[in-house]
Amino acid sequence: MSDPYVGGRVLDVVRAPAAVLSTPSSDVDPTAPEIVQLAADLVATMRVSPGCVGLAAPQVGVAARVFCVDVSAHPKTREHHGTFVLCNAEVVEASRNERAREGCMSVPDLTGDVKRATRLVVTGQVPGTGEHVTITADAFEARALQHEIDHCSGLLFLDRVAGAHALHQRQTYL
Amino acid sequence: MTSHAITVLGHDRPGIIAETTARLAELGLNLEDSSMTRLRGHFAMTLVCAGDAAAADIESALTGLTADGTLTVTVREVPEEDAAPTGGTPYLLTVHGGDRPGIVSSVVGQVAQVGGNITDLTTRLAGDLYVLVAEIDLPAEVDVVALEGSIAAVATTLGVGATLRRAEADEL
Repeated sequence: MSDPYVGGRVLDVVRAPAAVLSTPSSDVDPTAPEIVQLAADLVATMRVSPGCVGLAAPQVGVAARVFCVDVSAHPKTREHHGTFVLCNAEVVEASRNERAREGCMSVPDLTGDVKRATRLVVTGQVPGTGEHVTITADAFEARALQHEIDHCSGLLFLDRVAGAHALHQRQTYL
Repeated sequence: MTSHAITVLGHDRPGIIAETTARLAELGLNLEDSSMTRLRGHFAMTLVCAGDAAAADIESALTGLTADGTLTVTVREVPEEDAAPTGGTPYLLTVHGGDRPGIVSSVVGQVAQVGGNITDLTTRLAGDLYVLVAEIDLPAEVDVVALEGSIAAVATTLGVGATLRRAEADEL
């Protein structure tokens, strides 16, 4: 199958405290050419970033509800859907919370323990066609989806950290 | 049986905790609550221990730690404190944004004004990013929506984001 995200440009990733990371993003028209290009740019940027399993538009400075995810190569992954991009995504079902330590390219020096659902149902639209899709995810893919959807809502993992001693200075960089 | 609060501060190196706790164990002291972290690379530990040793004896047992001048140790007898729950409701306050003077004092000032008690606090400065995470006990009579509003107003003035939410605890 051909790669639907060809022609993406590698963009700079913005870091907190950039205002765009703390601002809820706007809905997008998934069929608009600039959104199709943004989708490809997000995938290209994710692919060149070591260890990166997802990237949301606010992380490249664009306040749009678009993100990409690809957890296929991560050891904590169970089921996965390969590389995909969703627009205007929403969580419709979430259950079975588990706490785990998260990092983020936009907060490079800190990590935090965050509780996330490990069973998740998300709806969203595919860039290009605008097709409405429902994705059922578990384990690490579920965590990645919630992290990216949070970005689109102007939330960082810092906003969900599980306690005053659940924030850590990063010890190793990928 | 008395309790002593001990602080150890200074240049971090491997073995500080091992040495401190070994000396306390030799005095028959029981290590109770403790908290240790690194603050901008400095070793920082506070602990409370219980036993029959006098403060002067504990200080002299720990002199090896301060011999090279890179660590400071204090020992102080402390009274028993009631560790029972206060009956308040636990909340978690997160603040993050560009570093500037006054973030902590302005935000926690709102909490103090309604009688909220901070029970745990971490702040970290990472590059330009300042992060505060605090656990707060709010008395039952506090108007949480109004407190959220006053924290949001202060945060807007400072140009930072603030989130106040119930501290989640899974009942199993």
